[in-house]
Amino acid sequence: MSGYTAVTEQDLEHMLGVIGVESIEQLFDGIPAGVRLDGPIDLPAGEPEQAVYAELRRLAARNVSTEDELCFLGAGMYDHYVPSIIDMLMSRSEFLTPYTPYQPEVSQGGLQVMFEYQTAISELTGLAVSNASVYEGPSAVAAAAYLAKAVNKRSRLLVSRGVHPDSRETLRTLAVGYAMTVEEIALEDGVTDAEALAGGLGDDVSAVIIQQPNFLGSIEDVRALCDAAHEHGALVVCAADPLTLGVIEAPGNQGVDVCVGEGQTLGNRLDFGGPSFGFFAATEKHIRNMPGRIAGETTDADGRRGFVLTLQTREQHIRREKATSNICTSQALNALGGVVYLSWLGRRGLVELGELMLQRTHYARQTLSALDGVSALHDQPVVREFALSIDAPVDRVLERCAAAGVNAGYALGRSYDEHPDGLLVAITEQRSRADIDRFADVLGNAVAAERALADAGAVA
Amino acid sequence: MTRLDGGSTPQQRERATTIFEKGSPGRRAFVAPALDVPEVGGLIPASMRRAEKPRLPEASEPEIVRHYVNLSKRNFDLDSGFYPLGSCTMKHNPRLHERVAALPGHCRLHPLQHPRRAQGALELMFALQVALGEIAGLPHVSLQPSAGSHGELAGVLLTRAFHEDRGEHRTKVLTPDSAHGTNPATVTMAGYEVVKVALDADGGVDVEDLRAKADEQCACLMLTNPSTLGIFDPNIEEIAAIVHGVGATLYYDGANLNAIMGYSRPGDMGFDIVHFNLHKTFTQPHGGGGPGAGPIAVSERIEPYLPRPQVVCRPPDNGGPPTFDLDVDRPKSIGKLRGFQGNYGVFVRTYAYIRSLGAEGLKDLSEVAVLNANYLLARLREEVGELLPLAFGERCMHEFVLSGAPMKKELGIRTLDLAKRLLDHGMHPPTVYFPLVVEEALLIEPTETETRETLDEFVEAIVAIVREAAKDPDVALNAPYTTPVRRLDEAGAARKPRVRQEL
Repeated sequence: MSGYTAVTEQDLEHMLGVIGVESIEQLFDGIPAGVRLDGPIDLPAGEPEQAVYAELRRLAARNVSTEDELCFLGAGMYDHYVPSIIDMLMSRSEFLTPYTPYQPEVSQGGLQVMFEYQTAISELTGLAVSNASVYEGPSAVAAAAYLAKAVNKRSRLLVSRGVHPDSRETLRTLAVGYAMTVEEIALEDGVTDAEALAGGLGDDVSAVIIQQPNFLGSIEDVRALCDAAHEHGALVVCAADPLTLGVIEAPGNQGVDVCVGEGQTLGNRLDFGGPSFGFFAATEKHIRNMPGRIAGETTDADGRRGFVLTLQTREQHIRREKATSNICTSQALNALGGVVYLSWLGRRGLVELGELMLQRTHYARQTLSALDGVSALHDQPVVREFALSIDAPVDRVLERCAAAGVNAGYALGRSYDEHPDGLLVAITEQRSRADIDRFADVLGNAVAAERALADAGAVA
Repeated sequence: MTRLDGGSTPQQRERATTIFEKGSPGRRAFVAPALDVPEVGGLIPASMRRAEKPRLPEASEPEIVRHYVNLSKRNFDLDSGFYPLGSCTMKHNPRLHERVAALPGHCRLHPLQHPRRAQGALELMFALQVALGEIAGLPHVSLQPSAGSHGELAGVLLTRAFHEDRGEHRTKVLTPDSAHGTNPATVTMAGYEVVKVALDADGGVDVEDLRAKADEQCACLMLTNPSTLGIFDPNIEEIAAIVHGVGATLYYDGANLNAIMGYSRPGDMGFDIVHFNLHKTFTQPHGGGGPGAGPIAVSERIEPYLPRPQVVCRPPDNGGPPTFDLDVDRPKSIGKLRGFQGNYGVFVRTYAYIRSLGAEGLKDLSEVAVLNANYLLARLREEVGELLPLAFGERCMHEFVLSGAPMKKELGIRTLDLAKRLLDHGMHPPTVYFPLVVEEALLIEPTETETRETLDEFVEAIVAIVREAAKDPDVALNAPYTTPVRRLDEAGAARKPRVRQEL
C-alpha cells in the first residue's frame, strides 16, 4: 500500500461487509477472463519519496539548463525571468488543485482570474474577445484555422514561411481533418513576400496566417498583409509574441481578425516545451465561433457581481459533434501565471522591457555581425531575435560554443533549406551587455576555428 | 453552516473587484535592469510602433499578492475538501511532484536544447513511454498530445492515416450514447461523420446495434471502458471482434483507466489506440482546468503513423551507456500536433508518481478506487436508494451514476439543487447532468485517496439534504447560502456577454 491510500485492515473488513462481498477481487468479477491481465504489470517496485526525489534529481543533473550555460536560444520559447510571486501563487492549493469551474459559486477565484486574463489578452492584442486560453502556441494556430473554416467555409490556407515551423507542421497535420489545403508563402529579405502572397490569394482562401515578429525575428508589415488578404475576403490569423506587444503595434489595431500565440514568455517556465498556454483572441463578431472556455461577468441571486463560464453552447459537452472545437479545458494555471506576470510587469514595465530587449538586441546584432565570417541574414527591424549567416558549418560552430558554455542559438538549417548557414539568436532581459560581449568572443573564436580547419582542409 | 436568513459572509459583503480596478497610475512591481548598451533611436519604424500603451494594471507587488491570495480564497479546492467529480479523477496531488518538477535541470531546460545536453529529459520521457506502454498493453507511445481531447484527435487522425495508407477512404466513426462530448467533437474535427451506437439495458454497448452500424465505411469505434456509467462492458471481446471484422480500429478513451490498472489492459481488450489522461489517472494537479497531458499508446499496425518527433533509445556504442534521441525521420508520421515535445513538466510528475507506486501501488490504487466507489454506492443505496437509485446494474467500477429523477418527483428538488446544497456542506458536488443517457444524472467518483470517514460524511450530507428537502424543498431550491456568491445568472451572462473588464 502507498501513502496515498488509507484503507486499514479494519476499514477493509467493514467496507466489504457493507458492500456484501468477500474480497476486493470480487469487485472486479465483471471483467471477462479473456481480457484479464494474468500477471503483474511489468514495472519496477515502488520507492519511498526520498528515493524518487534522488532519481528525479539524477535525471535533472543530466540536462544542461539555462542556469548551466549562457543561453541565446529562443525559436519559440525564451529564457525570461519568472518573478517569485508566480511560483508562490501558482503553487497555492486553491489554484493548483481544483478542476474546471463547473460550480461557479465555489470557483469565483478561478473564474475571475480567467476574466482578468481575458482582459489583459484583449488589451495586448487589440481585439475585443479573448478566451480563457488553449493548450499552447502552435496548436492555437491550427485552432484559428478551424475557426476560419467555420466562418467562411473556404478550403485554402495560406501560411507565411515566417510562421514557426512547428505551427506550420501542426497546421498541416490538423488541416487533413478540416479538409483544407495548406500552401506556404515564401519570405523575401526576412519578411513575408507581398508579391507571393498576392499571387496565392483568391476568393477560395479561407485565411492568411502570419507571425509577428516572424520566426526570423523580423517585424512584419501586418497592415499591408491584412489589406491584401481582406481584399479577397480571407481572414487574417496572426501568431504574435505577447511580450513584444508593448513596442510593436497590436495586431488587432492593424486589421488582424484572429490573434493567437504561445504564452510561455508571460511568466511561464521553459519546462522543456510545456506546459505553458496558448492565447486566442478575435474580433467581436467571431465570439460564437471561438474555441474553449470563456469567462463572463454576471450577477448572483442577491445582485452581487460574479463570474461564470459563458457561451457554453459552443462547446463539446453541450454541442457535441457540432462544437466549435473538441477542447474541453483551458490552461488555467499557466494562464494565471500569465496574468500575474502582466500585472507584475504593469503598464510601464511592458514597454520598458520591450525597449530594453530592442536596444540590447540591436547591440547584439551589430556586435555579432561585425565578427569575421558572420553577417546579418536580413536587415529588417527586430525586437528580441535576429538571424545571422555564418560562413562555417553551423552545427560545428554551435558545438564549439557549447563547449565554451554558450548556447549560441538555433541552426536555421533544421527547418529552412534556404538558410543552411543561418543562426537564430535571442536576447532576453537576462542577457546583459557583458553576456553579449562574451558571446561575441566565443562565437568569433568558434567561427575562426572552423574556418581555419576548412582552410587547412582546402590546402591539404 | 446553514444560513437561510439572507445574512452574508464577510466574503459576500466584499464586492468583487479586478486587478484592473486596483492600483494607481505610476505604481509598479517590476524594476527593469539598467540599460547597459548605447541607446539608439528609430529601431522600429513609426508605422509599426505601438501608438498607445496597453492598459495593463499599475500596482505594487504587495497589492498584487494580496489581490490574488484573496481571490484564491474564493475557490474550493481538492486540498481543502472532498471533490467527487465523476470522470475527472480528483485524487490527491503529491507535493513531491511539484518539488521535482521545479528542479532547474527540468524546469529551466530549453525545448530545443541539443539532445546530447538533454539526456536526462529524454531518458525520463523514454522510460515513461515504456511504462505507459506496459500499463496500456500497447507497445508504442507518443507523449505529445496536450490533453485527453488532443489525444483523441491524434488517435482519429492516426486512424485516418492507417486507412488511407491502405487505399481506403472511410467516412464514419462510431461512438456510444454515453461517450464524453469530446469524442463526437473530435470526430468532426478529424473530418468524419459521427454515428451513435445505442446502449443495451445494462448500460453496455448494444451489440446488435453495433453489428448493424459497423460496416466497411466505419473507420473506428471510440469507447470508454469502464464506461462513463462506471460499468466494465462484459461484451468487450465481441465488440472488438465486430469492429476489427469490418477493418475498423478500436479507440480507447482512457478517462477511466483509474479503475482497472493491474487487472486489465486496453491492449489485451483489443484496442488499437489508447489515450491517457495524465491529470486524472496519474495525478497531475488539475490547475483549475489545466494543464494536463494526453499521451497515446498504439498497436504495431498504427505505429508508423505516430506523431513526430519520437523519443528513442539508441543502443550503446562500444560498451557505453545507451543514449536517447529525438527521431524526426518518420516518413509516414501524421506530423506534429503541437510545438516541441509535449508537456514535459507533466511527464516529470507522472514519472515520479509511477516510480513512487510501482506495479503493486498502481494495482492497489485501482483496487481502493473501486472499493471506495462500491462502498459509497452501497451506503447511498441503503440510505437514499429510493430517491436516488443507481442508473444501471448492481455494482460499479471506480464511479457510478445515480438518477435524481425520483427525488425530483417526490421532493420537488432537482439534481442541480442537491448539488448546490452540497456546497453549503463544504463539499464539491459530483458531476451533474452527465452522462446524458441518465435522467437527472449524478456521476460520483470518490477516488482512492479519500478515507472511509470522508465517504461517510458525504453520505450524511446527502441524507441531511434529502430529509431537509422533504420538509422544505425551498432550502435546496435556493441554495447555496454560505459560498462567496450565490446562484449566478448564467443565461443573462450568455445573452449579453461581458468577457473583459471595461477600462
